[in-house]
Amino acid sequence: MKLNWAILTIILLTFAYAGCSSEKDTVKIAFIGPLTGGVSANGLGGRNSAQLAVSLHNASSSGNYAYELVTLDDECKPNIGVQVATKVAADKHVIAGVTHYCSAVAMGTVDVYHKFGLPVIVWGAVLPEITYGNDYKEVHRVNGTMINQNEVAAEFMLDKGYKTWVIIHDTTDYGKGHNRYFSKYLVAKGGRILGTFGVSADQQDFNAELTKVKELNPDVIYFGGLAPTGVRLRSQMEKLGIDAVFQGTSGIVSDAFIEGLGPLSEGVIAFREGAPVENLPGGEGFIAKYNQQGFGEPPEAYGAFAFAATQLIIDTIEKVGPDRKAVMQALNATRNYDSIVGSISFDDNGQNTVALITRYVIQDGKWVVWEQSEYAEGKRRLSGR
Amino acid sequence: MDPGFIAQYLLNGIVLGVIYAMVAVGFTLFFGVLDVIKFSHGDVVMAGAFTALATYAGLELLGVSDGMFAAIVITVMGIAAMAILGALLAKLLILPLRNAPPLNTLLITLMFGLALREAVRLFYPNGSNPKPFPQLLPDAAMTIGNLELRLDSVLLIVLGLGAIVAVHLLIQRTRIGLAIRAVAQDPETARLMGINFERVVLMTFALGSALAALAGITNGLYYSEVNFGMGLLLGVIGFSAAVVGGLGSLYGAIIGGFLFAALQTIGAVWFSVPAYKDVFAFACIIVLMAWKPTGLLADKSAERV
Repeated sequence: MKLNWAILTIILLTFAYAGCSSEKDTVKIAFIGPLTGGVSANGLGGRNSAQLAVSLHNASSSGNYAYELVTLDDECKPNIGVQVATKVAADKHVIAGVTHYCSAVAMGTVDVYHKFGLPVIVWGAVLPEITYGNDYKEVHRVNGTMINQNEVAAEFMLDKGYKTWVIIHDTTDYGKGHNRYFSKYLVAKGGRILGTFGVSADQQDFNAELTKVKELNPDVIYFGGLAPTGVRLRSQMEKLGIDAVFQGTSGIVSDAFIEGLGPLSEGVIAFREGAPVENLPGGEGFIAKYNQQGFGEPPEAYGAFAFAATQLIIDTIEKVGPDRKAVMQALNATRNYDSIVGSISFDDNGQNTVALITRYVIQDGKWVVWEQSEYAEGKRRLSGR
Repeated sequence: MDPGFIAQYLLNGIVLGVIYAMVAVGFTLFFGVLDVIKFSHGDVVMAGAFTALATYAGLELLGVSDGMFAAIVITVMGIAAMAILGALLAKLLILPLRNAPPLNTLLITLMFGLALREAVRLFYPNGSNPKPFPQLLPDAAMTIGNLELRLDSVLLIVLGLGAIVAVHLLIQRTRIGLAIRAVAQDPETARLMGINFERVVLMTFALGSALAALAGITNGLYYSEVNFGMGLLLGVIGFSAAVVGGLGSLYGAIIGGFLFAALQTIGAVWFSVPAYKDVFAFACIIVLMAWKPTGLLADKSAERV
């Protein structure tokens, strides 16, 4: 019995010693994104990028704190998103969060962050209402909204000489938002919409809808939704012999979209806010360091935003200490913060201004910036041109 | 409307109808012999498709490149695996509960389906993501006016209808079919006549599950994609089709399957928001069931009261 007590004491002392000897306190940051499900490629790319920012900081000797990234899966489902958001928000050790790729999820969770006072930076969701639909000081966003991308999309496609559209969108907040903004700009600039179809996000059979589309015979099919639904639509279009141009949104800008379609992805057009990673200031360095870490998945379209958001949070905590309220106030006051996605400034709603919209076309199984593609040079033609 | 488009809608509807009918026939077979409702049937459809997909991954490793050959191998594997699974399910879960209240069978199969679904999601590599299903059938297509007639769709329709006809012949023309019908009519008397009751039940469950696997593989080949949750809606649709046609009646299940596909297609053509097509189809089913509670072709209802 005595021996046992002695051993216990030694163990306890060892722990106490180990606790004292660590040089830095560890601060927890949450990352939430879709790590499983149809859009998981984007979620995993975002998680890896956020992890990269944390690892790089921890590896350098500068800074007062060490950081731990708590990663959680929202499955791109609002109900799951609210669950995991509540879990991290209720954990007092989590100081801030880098949250959400899916707009429908972010719409559900902003209330949770507000209630628990957890400052978050959205890294991929594009629905304007996430920042503009409330006056929550906790919610910020580094990437742009879908408003600008749809304005540019409408202008660009009309400029290419297309006249008629059919719009297919998923019936989540995300898809409805795309439909609303694209329709608004397209009609204002003189395009004609022959039909609008709302489909459910997990629908598998689009033959009936697409046969209707074939009857309407549009120049372009505009799709407002995410990659998995986009893959199904594009492949079923082919099976029905519809040769309209397939125009997507930032929701399909993902390697998973190309992977799911193979050669059928050729000539698909999409738009995304922000410059492509390799053209960003510090983008080359980001890619090099990302590859060094040996992640299994590419950073995908929004990885750079997740990286920048995580860095901004780390820098803010270094400045004001691990306190939610102080971090939130410091984030709100962020102006001209230098990051790899460019200078970040939050407006009164916590929204960063991302003026640049990149036009993409898929060429030979890659997302290529339109201006650098063989389509722009005239070597290849989009269907109907 | 242009006849080409009408033909196109018809063709889309027929493929759907064949898939639904194959699922519905399973429900009807199980109800016929044992008076049970097996709610894991939709998930067996999904498991069949995933077995085929896993077989294809194996074939790829072996370097098999011939599409038609691969299609045949994966179909046979999927069907065989699900037939065994179906028989095991009957032996281990359903027969032991034969004298328990029917609610217990319903619950236990419901739970088995959930376990099967989650197992695929968790243990199949990247199982929670939609999986691209290989395009193995020839992709030749013929354009007739506005109709795009694809060889693979036609093959799938022929295959599906062929399978249903084969099941029909099996039940009407063979000795084992006679035994199945005898057990369906009166299990006790059938036993007295020397029919091996358990063997007949296991055969029936193997048969229905094999058909479910074929439905899953058809679904995969047609849409070029499968996912772990696909059995959920297919199961509900198959069950509704079987009930509306008259549980226990083979023709009823086939009619129910095609009826549901037709309702969905009509719903999609009528409504400007196609998302309402399922609402429309299920609403029609509710109305039909209120009008004919025992189904369009049921004849067993009197004895069940």
